[in-house]
Amino acid sequence: MRRLALAFGLLVLATLPFWVGNSYYTNIASQILLYAVFALGLNVLVGYAGLVSLGHAGLFGIAAYTGALLINSGAGHLLAILGALGVTLLAAAAFAMLSLRGTGLGFVMITVALGQIVWGVAYRWISITNGDNGVSIATRPAPFGLTLATAPGFYWASLVVFLVSLGAIAVFAASPFGISLRGTRDQPRRMNALGYHVWMIRFLAFLFSGLWSGVAGMLFLYYNQFVSPQSVALTSSAEVLLMVIAGGTGTLLGPFAGAALVVIMKNVASAYIERWNFVLGAIFVAIVIFMPEGLVPGSLRFWRWTLTRLRPRRPAAVAAPVRAPLPNREGGA
Amino acid sequence: MTALEVQGLDKSFGGLRVTAAVDLAVAPGERHLIIGPNGAGKTTLFNLITGELKPDRGSVRLFERDITRVPSRRRAHLGLARTYQIITLFPGETLMHNIVLSLLGLSRLRWSPVLRLDHQTALLDGARAALARVGLDHLADRPLAQTAYGERRRIEIAMALAQNPKVLLLDEPFAGLSIDERRDVQQLLAAIPRDVTIVMIEHDMDVALDFAERITVLHFGEVVVEGTRAEVVAHPRTREIYLGE
Repeated sequence: MRRLALAFGLLVLATLPFWVGNSYYTNIASQILLYAVFALGLNVLVGYAGLVSLGHAGLFGIAAYTGALLINSGAGHLLAILGALGVTLLAAAAFAMLSLRGTGLGFVMITVALGQIVWGVAYRWISITNGDNGVSIATRPAPFGLTLATAPGFYWASLVVFLVSLGAIAVFAASPFGISLRGTRDQPRRMNALGYHVWMIRFLAFLFSGLWSGVAGMLFLYYNQFVSPQSVALTSSAEVLLMVIAGGTGTLLGPFAGAALVVIMKNVASAYIERWNFVLGAIFVAIVIFMPEGLVPGSLRFWRWTLTRLRPRRPAAVAAPVRAPLPNREGGA
Repeated sequence: MTALEVQGLDKSFGGLRVTAAVDLAVAPGERHLIIGPNGAGKTTLFNLITGELKPDRGSVRLFERDITRVPSRRRAHLGLARTYQIITLFPGETLMHNIVLSLLGLSRLRWSPVLRLDHQTALLDGARAALARVGLDHLADRPLAQTAYGERRRIEIAMALAQNPKVLLLDEPFAGLSIDERRDVQQLLAAIPRDVTIVMIEHDMDVALDFAERITVLHFGEVVVEGTRAEVVAHPRTREIYLGE
């Protein structure tokens, strides 16, 4: 059943350019995928490590700017991508060293500050970043001779990157390191007493999260062939955080659902409703009220609830599994 | 040879001296009980021994090795394990994964981001055995959030035991348990082999006294009485401070 759903989902995604049929909607699908990669990366921190970052657009932007500047100074695409990811990792290490001095709100505030520094540099260091005008690049890469210049071409490339990121994070989440990371989220004190290096686990998770933010930043650069301070701003960080929270933190498909919701509202709904921001806000409020755990886990819960309602009553029928309460940071005693 | 030795340990929070020149020596295999009224500094002493707090003065030795400056996470690798008075478990994970986290803490596997946890059969078998030790293996796949308080108390102990510690610190393992549950935990503790040295904080004198060979009485951060069970129980200061006579 799960395999079937997975195969069906893959089939739908792989054939999307054919049945959507026009490049406008194919491009929107590419945007969803690139933001899904970004949200998946952020979810490593928010969902699995319990560290809420509001500065990830900084890392996203560092990758995009580095890539753009490398390409414009004559580097090939492969070198530009590797260089951009390398610089992003270094930046993520610096971000982590500074922000991991705190947890909770302290961590959030430091990431906000770091993100704003990156924004400030992008906006004000005009001789390098061209300030508000941003940086453009002339071409998209053509790996193995396949062109990414067309909407379907770029879509399939984004799909491959998205599937690789999803696979990597799925493996990560099911690994011993993944469960250790969740442990540091729920009981850092006990993890330390059990022999874990809590700081190092969080640091490595930050790097992993930053890497995927960088990958998303490069996808963004190639999609728009342009990057400006706007994509580095605090609103960008907040938007991707909302995607993660709306979709469901700590789940694999939640970030994808959240990215789809936000991108569709932004591009599609805004064509019909002028105040689309208002609609998006209303949707977030509805999610918080009816599915506080996010769209994906919330829909699953509703689905199970409906199934048990529809099924004829049997004696000693087992009720739907009660949703486990949110992790209790104090230990549930 | 001592399993655990504490010398001249001092700790103040602001003007409050919560641990005052505490000396403690526990022989290998000994069952040592620490008692004292609320606020006597018992849990603080545990936190100093495990390194979760840094002492202002004094030293902690584990099998003659000075570990005062060893980070607390390393002390777990040296054979020191503890339980918590306030249950400190992983509510979102299954009982199995709670114990797996304990085993992983001492295993190099914990750094692997690519292996599949559910394929590590040695690890899972070890966790199942540790659950069996506290009689909870039939609940292995149940999320911790859906277990009863008494079961969580036993998981607390299973988690520490799974690491095969040389010195085990138990912080009120009977807290909040019913009479039946207390008897279960008592049997569980009695079954721990003698190669594990145990230091226990406990308020419940009925169960604790049976268990202890030597007793230390703490009061306002100081060691007031120390000795064998009979000596301490008979000591007038114990009665005065602890039994309220």
